[in-house]
Amino acid sequence: MARREVGEINAGSMADIAFLLLIFFLVTTTMDVDSGIARKLPEKTEDTPEVTIKEKNVFDIVVNRNNQILIEGDQYVKVTDIRRLTMAFIDNGGGIGIPKDDKPGEPCDYCTGAKDPASSDHPSKAIVSLQSDRGTKYGMYVSIQNEIEGAYTDLRNKLSLKLYSRSYDALLSDYKDTPTEKLKAKIDDIKDKYPQIITEPEPIK
Amino acid sequence: MSKFRKKKKGLPKISTASLPDIVFMLLFFFMVSTTMRETDLLLKKPVLPTASEVKKLEQKSLVSTIYVGKSKDSRISGDKIQVNDKIIDVNDVTSFIYSERALRKEEEVKFMTTSIKADKDASVGTILDIKEQLRDINALKISFSTVKGTNLKTNY
Repeated sequence: MARREVGEINAGSMADIAFLLLIFFLVTTTMDVDSGIARKLPEKTEDTPEVTIKEKNVFDIVVNRNNQILIEGDQYVKVTDIRRLTMAFIDNGGGIGIPKDDKPGEPCDYCTGAKDPASSDHPSKAIVSLQSDRGTKYGMYVSIQNEIEGAYTDLRNKLSLKLYSRSYDALLSDYKDTPTEKLKAKIDDIKDKYPQIITEPEPIK
Repeated sequence: MSKFRKKKKGLPKISTASLPDIVFMLLFFFMVSTTMRETDLLLKKPVLPTASEVKKLEQKSLVSTIYVGKSKDSRISGDKIQVNDKIIDVNDVTSFIYSERALRKEEEVKFMTTSIKADKDASVGTILDIKEQLRDINALKISFSTVKGTNLKTNY
């Protein structure tokens, strides 16, 4: 019986086949990371307790259907001004903060603002209100949200650099790599000092 | 003499035997990292607004996406909402979230995020309606999907 030798299979074209597949996957792959502005919606509750908020503690931003922005009811501004104005408002520290655990409210000792008595009392009391029109462009709305978010981030970064000589963003990314209790306490402290209080009233019809 | 000359002649051939290995390695990388598009957009592809203060969405498996944009048919005006593979009414957003919740484990539900991918020309009214619906069923974590950039001028 003559044994037939099995001829060697030519592997020379393997690279070509692999290349073909490679190119296919290269073309079809989408490596888009979904990123965006994160927001937490307020919970819906049956009974909302009546709270009196001083007018000076609310920073009113109104945007109409022509994408024009009105601040505090009398100032017509551009999107790029919002960050500066919001920061000045939150960081004003003209009065005392909200009472915590039976302790009376204290004046803001970390604020660097103008301490104008006509503006917000304390970052814990400062409320940013964004009222939009139903016809406002979504792009505009996102831009304003972005600027408000930016104002808080800038303030937190500044305070964090002063207290811990590391920016808030850096703390957050550190925490992601090595979640320790100490870092968490730092982050919570900063968050607590500049809490994000944003309200969105009913849109203008 | 001739012995010496022979040695100097020509460059040695580069072996291409390991080429397939390299290519396969790349191939596997792309095969693993690729995600096939799950939903076909029935709307015009939304042009996302630009923002600088963006956060990356963690845990993609817990994200449900709502698309908002114009209809492909230019005669139809107004914003349309798409989830999965169909265009829905605002009031159906709740049932979409319920069906998304049903797919997840119970303890994961509170970490679920709704990503709103809306065209920058869409009107805020539509977005606020969706937000109201999400509030109704306690789906409170949302994210306005954006492109990272610093030039906000392109938004409006």
